[in-house]
Amino acid sequence: MAFAAMSFKPAPGNGYKVGDTARDFSLVNVKGKQVSLAGIKNAKGYIVVFTCNHCPYAKAYEQRLIDLHKKYAPLGYPVVAINPNDKDVQPQDSYENMKKLAKKKKYPFHYLYDETQEIAKAYGATRTPHVYLLDKDRVVRYIGAIDDNSEDPAMVKEKYLANAVEALMSGQEVATKETKAIGCGIKWKKG
Amino acid sequence: MKKLLILLLVSASLNARAQDIPFIRKETLQQWLNADTDTVYVLNFWATWCAPCVEELPAFEKIHKEYASKKVKVVLISTDFKRNVESKLKPFVKRKNLQSQVVFMDEPNPNNWVNMVSPDWSGALPATLIVHKRKDIALFFEKQLNYETLEEIIQRLTVDGGR
Repeated sequence: MAFAAMSFKPAPGNGYKVGDTARDFSLVNVKGKQVSLAGIKNAKGYIVVFTCNHCPYAKAYEQRLIDLHKKYAPLGYPVVAINPNDKDVQPQDSYENMKKLAKKKKYPFHYLYDETQEIAKAYGATRTPHVYLLDKDRVVRYIGAIDDNSEDPAMVKEKYLANAVEALMSGQEVATKETKAIGCGIKWKKG
Repeated sequence: MKKLLILLLVSASLNARAQDIPFIRKETLQQWLNADTDTVYVLNFWATWCAPCVEELPAFEKIHKEYASKKVKVVLISTDFKRNVESKLKPFVKRKNLQSQVVFMDEPNPNNWVNMVSPDWSGALPATLIVHKRKDIALFFEKQLNYETLEEIIQRLTVDGGR
């Protein structure tokens, strides 16, 4: 009998693979300004992170994203955080609540609202957090997890994202191009 | 006083019956996935804080109940944080009176085992893998399921000789 392995997923498109060129976007930040990657000055690349307010895994990485941005933005690799969740499915992820969180956490990076979910679909994001590291030409160089331990930063052994950024900065091949992490499924619009 | 004593005894025996939550490593998962068996394994990956996961739990509980006499094993694999096992997971399982086997995935790095479940799994919750090893069937779902969908699949898989 033939082996039958089938997978059923919601259909937000196939999304990007490492090596693809990611599209730019214009999304509103928590200060009401439209932000695009092209508009970020002196960038040599972009740490695009799909994340949100409510998800415990996203919460676990709030401080680590702040630290990554503080370290790498001055070197040309800013964090660009995007919340793709539908507010009707998860009210905690509304634009108003994004503003509150960004203020409370003093987010030093852009926290953008993908209200139509168009960008999450184009990138192929499925969960929060979900990272896409882009180079200056928006070529995807790494997809996946921030590191190997979401629960406890002190127990992290592999800093996947930081390692990928370091490789990019030194002009080397990213060694681990793709990783997987457990995350909250993106709350797609119903209907 | 006597009434109180009886109440205490009853609640004590209920406590004793509340299920243990074994910690499993990826090796255990691998065993379930590879075991040469005609039992249908329904492996559901969830967490107490995941709203769509909690919504679909009754469907898995119903499968567990309706197919109790068939070779069907429902395992609810929690990916909660380890520090929340005592404070959140155990009280949740008790409060909901979950009857399916609940286990805790004691692996800090999902990158070591997510692909084992399915290369198509991005890691998003909820997710479910239904395996019938003898029939060489593995169905993976990265989405919320309802009872009707589950029932249709389990029904087919438990029919002798069919697939």
